[in-house]
Amino acid sequence: MSPAPEQAGRRDRRDAETLRADRTAEKADARRRRLPLLPALIFVIVCTQIPFLLTIWYSLRSRNLLRPEGDQFVGLQNFVDLFVDSTFRTAAINSVGITLGCVLISMVLGLGLALLLDRSFPGRGVVRTLLITPFLIMPVAGAMLWSISMFDPSYGLVNWLLELVGIGAVDFTSQHPVASIIVALVWQWTPFMMLLLLAGLQSQTKDVLEAAQIDGAGPVKTFLLVTLPHLRFYLELSVLLGAIYVVNTFDHIYLMTAGGPGTASANLPFYIYQRAFLGFDIGQSAAMGVVTVIATIILALLALRLIFRSINAKEQS
Amino acid sequence: MTTTAETARTPQASPTKASPARRPASARRRRPLGTLLTILTWLIALLFFAPVAWMVITSFKQESQAASSPPTFFFTPTLEQYAAIVDSNAGAYFLNSAIATAVSTLLVIVMAVPAAYALSIRPVKRTQDVLFFFISTKMLPIVAVIMPIYVIAGQIGMLDNLLTLIVLYTAMNLPIAVWMMRSFFLEVPGEVLEAAAMDGASLLATMRRVLIPMVTPGIAATALICVIFAWNEFFFALNLSAANAATAPLYLLSTMTSEGQFLAQLSAASVLASLPVVLAGWFAQKQLVRGLSMGAVK
Repeated sequence: MSPAPEQAGRRDRRDAETLRADRTAEKADARRRRLPLLPALIFVIVCTQIPFLLTIWYSLRSRNLLRPEGDQFVGLQNFVDLFVDSTFRTAAINSVGITLGCVLISMVLGLGLALLLDRSFPGRGVVRTLLITPFLIMPVAGAMLWSISMFDPSYGLVNWLLELVGIGAVDFTSQHPVASIIVALVWQWTPFMMLLLLAGLQSQTKDVLEAAQIDGAGPVKTFLLVTLPHLRFYLELSVLLGAIYVVNTFDHIYLMTAGGPGTASANLPFYIYQRAFLGFDIGQSAAMGVVTVIATIILALLALRLIFRSINAKEQS
Repeated sequence: MTTTAETARTPQASPTKASPARRPASARRRRPLGTLLTILTWLIALLFFAPVAWMVITSFKQESQAASSPPTFFFTPTLEQYAAIVDSNAGAYFLNSAIATAVSTLLVIVMAVPAAYALSIRPVKRTQDVLFFFISTKMLPIVAVIMPIYVIAGQIGMLDNLLTLIVLYTAMNLPIAVWMMRSFFLEVPGEVLEAAAMDGASLLATMRRVLIPMVTPGIAATALICVIFAWNEFFFALNLSAANAATAPLYLLSTMTSEGQFLAQLSAASVLASLPVVLAGWFAQKQLVRGLSMGAVK
């Protein structure tokens, strides 16, 4: 009886050893896999997360560069002040309005243009090249091109056209500041939407369209029942990516209206910038930053879930 | 869904001779409509391009012609504005932009390629979480972190230093580049890697001899996107640089003077500042689509 337990014990020990060896090997493998990832991951964490932690720290203090003696811990006072600040509310509403307006309008225009370009006609390559150019122009140049060359009340091209058809000159950037900004942004982002949606249209197999035609479906029916469901992934993607980029718009507001008149056209990025770099109110601007980030995270989580689902669904298909 | 399935099945079911009989009729009906659509497409394209064309035209004017009412359409083009820019200190701004763009793009590629490898070919645990983290940093409003960055940079004496912009542009583009490069790695067929492993090639050798050549077009596309975003960046440049590290977008700002006219000069500067990205985008339209969608659209 005695040798058996001994053998069993030895076997157990051997199992434990191989198990341990396996585990070390596994760990070594995991480390080897992780190694190439680390530089990029650490770099991004250091550059984005550390400043953000500091922002949270600043948001709890009453630091103002103009009053060096007033730097003390104030708890959530900055956040309380924020919710009675009507300018903050205006800026938040403008942020949402500018983002939604720009993304939706450029998506509809981009879809129209993509459909027009998804057929062969003379000069198609040239047309595509002309259409993507607004997106490639430096945003700073684009913003000034619209606010000065196009919208200037005395010598802007748009006002000259309006006068030709009998409408008087309009001082766009001061009378309709938000709309002017949206026009310039839509001009810049429509090509982006068009490119993504055109890629979507061209990934559609031609047999399906021909089959629909043979079945007697007209172009409208084919579009609604065949093309649009196929485009769903591309539409979602272009809206989400467009929103990520547009929600952070700063250049156009800084250059076209400077958030004015007053604070009528300031969005959150611009208002936070104003409070930080012109008012030197670090505590307040940090609190606004924190609130903006929380709001963005909530929206982004929803959006990301959608992106992941579509991309995974697409990778599997 | 049922509609798609049904229409997809029909070709086999329906007699094939039905289609040649129908097609000429519909083509004949379509032709005038087609011409109309072509004209419409051209008109819209020209309308979209008109502001750019106007910017280029204005850059060849005298200042008095640039800001005239009504607008001047016929004039003798002059290179005066471009000559003035060449004579000015613009070179320093453009050089800063070029250095910041080139160095940050290089750093991004050097870090993004291995990271994307570790998220696709030999994936780490929790790959999805890491990808999620990378993309979530793109949703962080930059403005929420500018104040601490400004304060830290000030304390370590890095304000108005090109290196600061290089570091930030690298961080800004890395997440996009990782996503994009990953999509290219995912396209490498598994057999190729297995064959390389059977040959006993080491990891680094496999990477250098097999993988990198296969994803070179991907690296080029990724670099293009990083170049576009870094070259056009304005917010960091505005807040963190002054005389020494100012980039091309800030040069555009400096041409606007409160006294006197500046539109022709500004237009010429805008043309020069936009030209590199416009040309790159024109010649790499396919890569542009893939880059803008972070690799999700091929």
